[in-house]
Amino acid sequence: MSLLHWAILSPFIMALFVPLFYKKFRSIHTGWFVLILPILLFIYFFQFIGDTMNGRNIIESVGWIPSIGINFVAYVDGLGLLFALLITGIGSLVILYSIYYLSKDKEAIHNFYVYLLMFMGAMLGVVLSDNVLVLYTFWELTSLSSFLLIGYWYQREKSRYGAQKSMLITVFGGLSMLAGFILLSIMTNTFSIREMISQVATLPEHTLFIPAMLLILLGAFTKSAQFPFHIWLPDAMEAPTPVSAYLHSATMVKAGIYLVARLSPIFAGSAEWFWIVSTVGIITLFWGSFTAVKQTDLKAILAFSTISQLGMIMSLLGLGSAALHYDHLDKNIYMAATVAAVFHLINHATFKGSLFMVVGIVDHETGTRDIRKLGGLMGIMPITFTLAVIGSFAMAGIPPFNGFLSKEMFFTGVVNAASLDIFNMQTWGALFPIIAWIASIFTFIYSMILVFKTFTGKYQPEKLDVKPHEAPIGMLIPPIILASLVIIFGPFANILSQSIIEPAMAAIQPSLLGENGSYHVHIYYWHGWNTELFMTIGVIAIGTLLFISLLKWSKVYDLFPKRLTLNNLYDGGLVALERSSFKINKFYMTGFIRDYLVMIFAFMIVLLMSALFVKDAFAFTTTNSAPIGIYEVVLTLVLLAGTITILFAKSRLTSIISLGVVGYSVSLFFVLFRAPDLALTQLIVETVSVALFLLCFYHLPELQIKPKSLKFRLPNLIISLGVGTLVTLLALSANGSKLFESISSYFVEASYKEAGGKNMVNVILVDFRGFDTLFEIAVLGIAALGIFAMIRLRLTRGKEG
Amino acid sequence: MEILMSFVIGILFTAATYLILSKSLLRIIIGTGLLSHGAHLLLLTMGGLKRGAAPLLGEEAPTYSDPLPQALILTAIVISFGVTSFFLVLAYRSYKELGTDNMDNLRGNDRHE
Repeated sequence: MSLLHWAILSPFIMALFVPLFYKKFRSIHTGWFVLILPILLFIYFFQFIGDTMNGRNIIESVGWIPSIGINFVAYVDGLGLLFALLITGIGSLVILYSIYYLSKDKEAIHNFYVYLLMFMGAMLGVVLSDNVLVLYTFWELTSLSSFLLIGYWYQREKSRYGAQKSMLITVFGGLSMLAGFILLSIMTNTFSIREMISQVATLPEHTLFIPAMLLILLGAFTKSAQFPFHIWLPDAMEAPTPVSAYLHSATMVKAGIYLVARLSPIFAGSAEWFWIVSTVGIITLFWGSFTAVKQTDLKAILAFSTISQLGMIMSLLGLGSAALHYDHLDKNIYMAATVAAVFHLINHATFKGSLFMVVGIVDHETGTRDIRKLGGLMGIMPITFTLAVIGSFAMAGIPPFNGFLSKEMFFTGVVNAASLDIFNMQTWGALFPIIAWIASIFTFIYSMILVFKTFTGKYQPEKLDVKPHEAPIGMLIPPIILASLVIIFGPFANILSQSIIEPAMAAIQPSLLGENGSYHVHIYYWHGWNTELFMTIGVIAIGTLLFISLLKWSKVYDLFPKRLTLNNLYDGGLVALERSSFKINKFYMTGFIRDYLVMIFAFMIVLLMSALFVKDAFAFTTTNSAPIGIYEVVLTLVLLAGTITILFAKSRLTSIISLGVVGYSVSLFFVLFRAPDLALTQLIVETVSVALFLLCFYHLPELQIKPKSLKFRLPNLIISLGVGTLVTLLALSANGSKLFESISSYFVEASYKEAGGKNMVNVILVDFRGFDTLFEIAVLGIAALGIFAMIRLRLTRGKEG
Repeated sequence: MEILMSFVIGILFTAATYLILSKSLLRIIIGTGLLSHGAHLLLLTMGGLKRGAAPLLGEEAPTYSDPLPQALILTAIVISFGVTSFFLVLAYRSYKELGTDNMDNLRGNDRHE
């Protein structure tokens, strides 16, 4: 275990001590203790930047299940480090924020920090694992801790609904991702991602390549809330706001992005990858921004905005994969898309984190998040307003903030896509910039709604439960830090390009490294009067017009049928699933023992009959048969007469006596077939049985002689004839194909010599196979005890007993 | 003889299955009785019939019939007797407690378990 491993596992260890801190130090908010850890981790990970900048990756391995090649391999490269810094950095800010957001007296904060630390550790494990199965383990831990955090206020029904929904969807994706990982490891014979990447030359020809890709993408899309799996994210907004800020904007939803980026070196060469990732991304981008405009809840706007921005990053990663098809590094314009993806990933984490915190402050200080009740808070909460403006303008892509740059780079990416001459992009590629442009207009509109509907307009104190005021300073510090990053990453974006983006690019597109093994990324703040700039000007102009006239055209949303939403599909699907499984169960679990017996017999007949004929096992021979004598014939007739009488007997006495007749004729058969001990036993047992039958049946009612309909009898008849035929056929073919001699010659020889007895059957019972007899005695003993207990014990009716 | 016995056993199994599928508890028990008779005869038949004297060394015969199936059947007879008597008393008790021997009324469902 190296220090790196301890760093990854430290949040889990810390989580163990949280309840202790909570119990022992009730006067201090538990969050202060927790806060130390992510800050230390952030400093620890920060020092890796020097290594990754120079192309050195850190690998530490510790055995977990070495016998099957599963080791906990921690691997730090540019991509993993970028995520680790996001997780610990924003984690620290979120914990600081939560100290002021959650009251230590009213909330179960020890639970909160245990879940949050569990999530942080799991997330670090996801981004720093090289072994796919270890990655999967941490992946599911993020789903689990996210489930716990969404359901934090478990008393509320909506929280439970949201938690269940996100659990079902992300675990569905997680399981298919596991299947994809297993397929990958079958193809490459390793669990290590680095070793898989080294075998990339031969992988695309493999038949399992496409299934593995689809399954893994399913996992990535469900986790990153891509269309149509985005529906869990808006419902996850029932979580406390720090959770939404941390999990559902900055970290967990980017796990899918991480997965796509991490596995890009393996899959990015194929057309399917390019098309699926970029198309799903662009649809998500459009749908998210389009739907965000009609929301009235601030957190719902941010949820759909997150969906849309994640779609944007995803589509950029898809478009960036086109770069693999062009060898000239210097002129490779398609790489710009990947650079934009990484850059926007960082930007989104900064401004979305701060926006969630801002919304949390508004909620905390006014008691509502409904934009119809809010308005005119600018004068009351000036700092919060400034933060909201910075975050929203960055999100809308307005200069001078960092969102402007990543939006420009995004436009560059989609405009370049239109000129691609691979994968039939000539025809469909033109759609990319158009959809992206329209989606950006909607992004602009909802960003403006977020700021202006909340902070300007008419102040409506009568609709608010509490008197609003500016937030405490501790609550403002984290969003202030994030907002200053938003501003810094605008004009000074190049402090990121060499330290963070270039190493991350090296991990995403390792095959395109330049001669000296590195990339050169330079983000130009001012890039001249080009198409992208005019597109941005158009977005701002049309967006402003549409925002002003929002009331006039917002009826557009009513055109869509309310019933035809993906949420209804999900809810209806769950209900239909439950109902249909209930119906299926109801259909065959009737509760009638007869039905079950019919099924058992029918399956037995079908299986054995078909086995008999498929294997051609039916054999019939008379060579070994003993001759038939007159006694046997007569006895057979008696036995059959007894059997048939039982079938048609109308009184219970007749049937008992007929059963006795059958039993006695069986014992006579034993006489004829030279089995004296059997005949004796059978005679006695039959006599006792008949006596017992008579004794018991005296207390049972008469046979009910109701004429039963043919409908009832016919299936029974068919089944029983089937069973009879089956047994006859089996008996005949077993008799016709004797494979080897009996072992009984040994008993004949040895029963006197070795056991000292002349009655072979008895010698077998008590000497050669005495164990059978021991347990047969036990069976009789248990039956006797059982009968005794059944008659004597009257637990239900103690008084009458 | 084995072929004749195979058919007899088949008929016993047919009758037993038909009885087991009926509604009355009484007929079901009789059906299990018939089924065990059929199984015992099947065991004996599969061992081969009339291959020599009874398996007693005092007979001093050149060949004996196979003793092993006979030992197996003897065990089976005793066990099925134990189970049948238990089953009978169970039927008696359930009739006393529940007041019916009709299998359709003795139906378990979700509501009372």
